[in-house]
Amino acid sequence: MGGHSNWPEWIYIGVVVALMVWVGAEAWEAERLVEHSPEDAETIIVTGQQWFWTFEHEDGTKETGELHVEVGKAYKFEIHSKDVNHSFNIHDYVVLMDAIPGRVNTVWFAPTDAGEHDIQCREYCGLIHYNMRGKLIVEDPSS
Amino acid sequence: MVLELQKPRPIWQIMFSTHHTDVGLLYLITSLGFLFLGGALALAIRAELFLPGAQIIGDAMTFNRIFTVHGTTLIFLFIIPFASAVGNYYVPIMVRYKDMAYPKLNAIAFWMIPPGGALIWLGFADFTWYATPPYSIISAPGPAADMWIFGLKILGISSVLGAINFIVTILKCKHPDMSIGQVPLLAWSFLSSSLIILVAIPTFAAALLMLLTDRLGVSGFFNPAMGGDPIAYAHLFWFTFHPEVYVLVIPAIGMMYEIIPRFSRKPIYSYNSGVFAFVLLSIVGFSSWAHHMYATGMSFTEKTVFMVGTLAAVPASAMHVFNFVATMWNGRIKFLTPMMWSVGGIALFFSAGAGGVANAAMPLDFTTHDTYWVVGHFHLFVMGTIAFGSIGFLYYMFPYVTGRMYNETMGKIHFIMSFVGTVLVFFTQHVLGLYGMPRRIFDYPPIPEWIAMNQIATVGAMIIGVSMAIFLANMIYSSARGKPANTEDPFGVGGKYYYPFEAKNPSH
Ligand code: HEM
Ligand SMILES: [Cu+2]
Ligand SMILES: [Cu+2]
Repeated sequence: MGGHSNWPEWIYIGVVVALMVWVGAEAWEAERLVEHSPEDAETIIVTGQQWFWTFEHEDGTKETGELHVEVGKAYKFEIHSKDVNHSFNIHDYVVLMDAIPGRVNTVWFAPTDAGEHDIQCREYCGLIHYNMRGKLIVEDPSS
Repeated sequence: MVLELQKPRPIWQIMFSTHHTDVGLLYLITSLGFLFLGGALALAIRAELFLPGAQIIGDAMTFNRIFTVHGTTLIFLFIIPFASAVGNYYVPIMVRYKDMAYPKLNAIAFWMIPPGGALIWLGFADFTWYATPPYSIISAPGPAADMWIFGLKILGISSVLGAINFIVTILKCKHPDMSIGQVPLLAWSFLSSSLIILVAIPTFAAALLMLLTDRLGVSGFFNPAMGGDPIAYAHLFWFTFHPEVYVLVIPAIGMMYEIIPRFSRKPIYSYNSGVFAFVLLSIVGFSSWAHHMYATGMSFTEKTVFMVGTLAAVPASAMHVFNFVATMWNGRIKFLTPMMWSVGGIALFFSAGAGGVANAAMPLDFTTHDTYWVVGHFHLFVMGTIAFGSIGFLYYMFPYVTGRMYNETMGKIHFIMSFVGTVLVFFTQHVLGLYGMPRRIFDYPPIPEWIAMNQIATVGAMIIGVSMAIFLANMIYSSARGKPANTEDPFGVGGKYYYPFEAKNPSH
């Protein structure tokens, strides 16, 4: 190219391509692992609507705005929406999945320590989107 | 502009002109007007977020309308018309033709922008710049939403008409002695971005109509209550708008290709590599749209495909960075204002791309998606790369357009303040995103880290705001009183300039 020797550019392109291959491979591997939800995960039905979250446990108990779970168990969220798009997010546990009317999306997590974490909506859903917040309360049954 | 003052013509002669430099001037002034309008909205957003609680905006609805119109304005009414301004001034000259291929069509494409802009500003919709259903169908208040849809429709048609004109001008009207391999890189950038527009825009144009009929209740394409699917809209939207981000960035890169070699006083390192990277980007750019949709519940396979498509486009962007650095290497660089903006823009382009790679890696995107990280990411492009490239180019065009020089010191102050401000706002927003702050929120809980980072971002934005006031003063004062430019070589860097000044309307 260009009449003069171009090996620095080829080396550079090679490095960039190699970096991208590496990023892609790592991402593929990590995503493959995190997507595989454990067999024994308890299902929690999550419903988003303007502008709050409700939760229904396997035993039928319902909660609004607050979600109680236990350390050491795995949970699978089945995410629904009653009106517009929302996105169910527990940032501290990298739980993020859109709530889309007409679809059911799933995502799982396993809390590791007792404590409180923020639940929020991360997809614009109108007037009170900014305050579509909740609390995740992780309890340790052994203590 | 002052050229007009030196040899005054009644304003209607410019307004009804179809000559490329006149249409270019109209595009230029319109786009700068919208830059300041859209920028004012950004300052309002930043002022509101300085602290938790309502500050200056008062209610969430107004806030939502402001960020929607801010984004829509700066993308569709500043970046795109500004590129058209540059293309109008330079493309015909670079391919050695007397005008654009279709001068009347050119003027029509421009005149669609003011009504499009008026619809967006008079409506002031609240459904974000991507108008996602079902919110945009069942929840967003009219007539604002409908006006936005019509406004975008008009602006889309304007883009397509402009693109056709650039493609024909370059491919069909270039001087017979000139091969396509001699067309300057700036003109190549318009060729590539125009081709992307032709392939990408029709999809969104269709989606907009479907959105409108859904809002009217006569169809239910995207409305689950009527059996439709909101995800279909997301695909149609991003099929247009991921390629569209390259439509925005490619002309800015083209502008840097004009400035970097000139102020380095060296030929471009590799013309072929520049052309190749433009063409490659225009093709591979179509393979990555759903990287915006990882969290919508796509399968692992779908996500993988779009991650690979996204990563595949990165080397093409990286080639431009290499070309610029290699051109400056061992050059006798003259750091005048246009060069500072270009070099700053390249540095920010590089950082923006690095953040983009993190977004593309699927598991990381679940941390960054729809947080302030993404806001930081794309602003490093739209502000850090595109606005920087464009503003640098505006300083570069200034003597050609006005016959006078801008004030160099003020130009440099403008650059330094904007650069510092941009880093403060958008690097900080990346970190804020990692701390989990969602985008598009009017108020936030008083988490200390969030408050601190929002305050840094607001201060940065105010620095940019002040620098823009200096910029405006410089432009207005210098176009009337600046010292007359040496029109042979206004920057004292030698070489042959492309020179719209001489190609000025033959009717003088
Ligand atoms: C190295 C090249 C790039 C990569 C790898 C990249 C990657 C990404 C990814 C994966 C996202 C989705 C993030 C999310 O929502 O979670 C994104 C968002 C975005 N990118 Fe880039 N990008 C690149 C270049 C660009 C360029 C050149 C522009 C603009 C000129 C741009 C503008 C945007 C915009 C506007 C969004 C967010 C749209 C929105 O949600 O409002 N990107 N980018
Ligand atoms: Cu929301
Ligand atoms: Cu994209």
